Amino acid sequence: MKIGVPRESYPGERRVATTPDVASQLMNLGYRVIVQSGAGSEANFSDAAYRAAGCEIVASTRDIYEQCDIVLKVRAPEGEELGVLRSGQTLISFVWPAQNPELLETLTARGVTALAMDSVPRISRAQKMDALSSMANIAGYRAVVEAAQHFGRFFTGQITAAGKIPPAKVLVIGAGVAGLAAIGAAKSMGAIVRAFDTRPEGKEQVESMDAEFLMLDFEEDEDGSGEGGYAKVMSKEFIEAEMALFAEQAKDVDIIITTALIPGKPAPRLITAEMVESMKDGSVVVDLAAEQGGNCELTEPGQVAMKEGVTLIGYTDLPSRLAAQSSQLYGTNLRHLLTDMTPEKDGELVVDMEDEAVRGATICIGGETTWPPPAPKLSAAPKAPPPAPAPVAEPEEEKKSVGGPLIAMALGGLALFGMGAVAPPSFMAHFTVFVLACFVGYMVIWNVTPALHTPLMSVTNAISSIIVIGALLQISSGSSLIMWIAGFTVLITSINIAGGFAVTRRMLEMFRK
Amino acid sequence: MNSAGLVTASYIAATVLFILALGGLSNQETARRGNWYGIVGMAIALVATILGVVTQHYTLLFIALLIGGSVGLVLARRVQMTQMPELVAILHSLVGLAAVLVGFANFMDHSTVLHGAEATIHDIETYLGVLIGAVTFSGSVIAFGKLSGRIGGKPLTLPARHWLNLGLLLGSIWFGIEFVEQSAAGGGTWPLLLMTLIALAFGVHMVMAIGGADMPVVVSMLNSYSGWAASATGFMLSNDLLIVTGALVGSSGAILSYIMCRAMNRKFLAVIAGGFGTGGGTTASGGEVEGEVVPIQPEETAELLANAKEVMIVPGYGMAVAQAQHTVYEITKMLRGKGVNVRFGIHPVAGRMPGHMNVLLAEARVPYDIVFEMDEVNEDFPDIDVSVVIGANDIVNPDAQEKPDSPIAGMPVLEVWKGGTTIVLKRSMATGYAGVGNPLFYKENTRMLFGDAKDSLDAVLKTL
Repeated sequence: MKIGVPRESYPGERRVATTPDVASQLMNLGYRVIVQSGAGSEANFSDAAYRAAGCEIVASTRDIYEQCDIVLKVRAPEGEELGVLRSGQTLISFVWPAQNPELLETLTARGVTALAMDSVPRISRAQKMDALSSMANIAGYRAVVEAAQHFGRFFTGQITAAGKIPPAKVLVIGAGVAGLAAIGAAKSMGAIVRAFDTRPEGKEQVESMDAEFLMLDFEEDEDGSGEGGYAKVMSKEFIEAEMALFAEQAKDVDIIITTALIPGKPAPRLITAEMVESMKDGSVVVDLAAEQGGNCELTEPGQVAMKEGVTLIGYTDLPSRLAAQSSQLYGTNLRHLLTDMTPEKDGELVVDMEDEAVRGATICIGGETTWPPPAPKLSAAPKAPPPAPAPVAEPEEEKKSVGGPLIAMALGGLALFGMGAVAPPSFMAHFTVFVLACFVGYMVIWNVTPALHTPLMSVTNAISSIIVIGALLQISSGSSLIMWIAGFTVLITSINIAGGFAVTRRMLEMFRK
Repeated sequence: MNSAGLVTASYIAATVLFILALGGLSNQETARRGNWYGIVGMAIALVATILGVVTQHYTLLFIALLIGGSVGLVLARRVQMTQMPELVAILHSLVGLAAVLVGFANFMDHSTVLHGAEATIHDIETYLGVLIGAVTFSGSVIAFGKLSGRIGGKPLTLPARHWLNLGLLLGSIWFGIEFVEQSAAGGGTWPLLLMTLIALAFGVHMVMAIGGADMPVVVSMLNSYSGWAASATGFMLSNDLLIVTGALVGSSGAILSYIMCRAMNRKFLAVIAGGFGTGGGTTASGGEVEGEVVPIQPEETAELLANAKEVMIVPGYGMAVAQAQHTVYEITKMLRGKGVNVRFGIHPVAGRMPGHMNVLLAEARVPYDIVFEMDEVNEDFPDIDVSVVIGANDIVNPDAQEKPDSPIAGMPVLEVWKGGTTIVLKRSMATGYAGVGNPLFYKENTRMLFGDAKDSLDAVLKTL
């Protein structure tokens, strides 16, 4: 089958759905890859690079749609692209069916099989194709870069001959993928980073990034986790406490990066006009929720605005501003999806509606709308199973160990006494030697380093063939049967002596620093 | 000259040298010297005995020594380091066989006549020497068969095996009493022979019932038995050198068995009773693990390794099977050249015998100062960027710590999952010897590199 990658038509979109690297991996799956000329130019992938990877290059978008069975895009098709989609063709891109119901209708009506990358379910198996996370990661990083661009000072603190520079203070609201990426980027530039999230697991994640988690002065325990690892709407009291915290922080920090989103709802209003006013002049607010209305009251979506001496960044295309990186990650997400959908690696696409990830992403197939999918079975954070019954055996063991040594000693003493009473003195002399030797062995062996346990076994094996002495004592016997037995014993024990020492030597030679 | 006194003096020297030989193994620098002490001690004991005690049949003696010695040397030179467990097992069987033969020969030799309690004790000594020797012999032969793959690794569990063992034990005690009684009257051959057969059967049955993962315990246990057999023979012959040496070897093997059992959190008796992985709750409680594994390609593995600062390699039996240790070292050398701190973490029971992994890595010329024991490195895992698990399973199973009802619960394990990324090299998703599923493979930061460990690592090396 042929995979087509058209040039993105949306104004300002710099990303491309596949990179030369990804294209060659798709060809390993048995596909042919056709790329529109100039598709990757905005992301620094030249036509020549695609050609070198083995792709065909065609001139127009129309050629792609006419020739290819599968079309990979970043943004959903629009305008004339929709007119050339044909029945049976497969489209994979971001679609946002909830926000674009007409688009979904059109795609259904044209008989297209459409997979929406934004609808890939959040299950552990589908993480490798979770383009939303990939893009959020990039957006979080880029948000810090944009903030640095508009912030007039260093992020990191320094003491120089020309004076002391305090480190920048960054507040990140929302510790999802984007928030954590922002924390990581700001932290590595040397800023003091604080973060806030309504979900309890946020605290641990923030602290794992070595940032400070802001605690809310709030009595009741309210869990902000909703379905699929996203946040949900909080109670009124909670929001009031939260706002008080932000108002206090706004006076202190230099940069605020907001990433708070609730699926299917407008972005929560967290930074009011008064808070922006209370910020120091030269401060920066980056609003990653600008597209959904913004977390900050004053944000202008898509724009950089100066208000009250504060720079408000409301870009809605942060991933596209890091086009090469986004294209590479997005392309890899697509490649993972296609790998799963090409079980035979023969270049034939199989839409398996039993596959949870594919089922979730497929929004229409064969003229039927299949969105929204049935609720995914959550595997990311399963409910904790009831605690297993406590093991019962342990207490018994402990009881035994208290009396154990005493009883063993008493028994040992009795046995010794009994033996001493009946055994002849010659035996007792040998027995003394035996017991002492056991103790010497015990002391010596505990000092052997575990790395040398194998040589220890081979050398003890060699010296245990000292049993040859027994045979030597017998070999001079008058009885020829005993002589032959003893001779044979000497033979086998000498195998052991020579073999054991030689192999130990060989092993020890190998141990070197 | 007092030849008996000289012989005894030589024996004392040999004893001291043997103790020094074992003491030398406490670290790698002194170990080579220790081995020489052992060789010298053995030579002194042999020469003293040949000069001081042997009076005739020198030709037979020297021919036997010569043939045996050359066979041993050839074996030692030819053996592959991965076959060490088999070699050790088969050498143990020779000690066992020698104990049996010496015991029988001594029994047939009526040149010294004892009376009363001394005679009884001597008979018991003979009997015990032959008994332990026979068990060691047949057990070692079976262990050799299992280790070399000639006999299947699965534990053979007869329906009433504990009763069978008890029956065999009672049988040998009864024959023991018979033997002592008849021997006093000049007979006793039959009870001794029958007991030998019982002991042989017992050795076979005991080792057959033990599964592959418990092999390190079995090998060290047989090591111990061979020592006790020598010691019992020493009592029989009233020879202190044999008693001491046997006791040294016996306690050495016993300690090794104890260390191995502790490393698997198993009771020694439970291992001997056999049938690991066949207990009631095993398959029910730990067999299935839910989740998805994330495969990885050798190229990505190479990239991960090259970009890491701290790498921990955890080898297991799979590395020995795939003969991958040389490639592992090539990779290690290359990474260390790039400034990556590569270390090895060894679990006490990795492989088929104590210290097996260390020997393999030493063979591949891995410097021993970057090879660490589990306890030395387990705390470092949170700082490790990439752990590479090569053909190991149960020793890195988080269930041992997290699931109290798991069959391997409480067994100390290498906590690789606490590190950054874990790469597991494995041929398939099959379970380890304990027959327990491993949730490590399903962890978010685990990547599976499927295929033969050597091929995979060669591909990684090429990319690097």
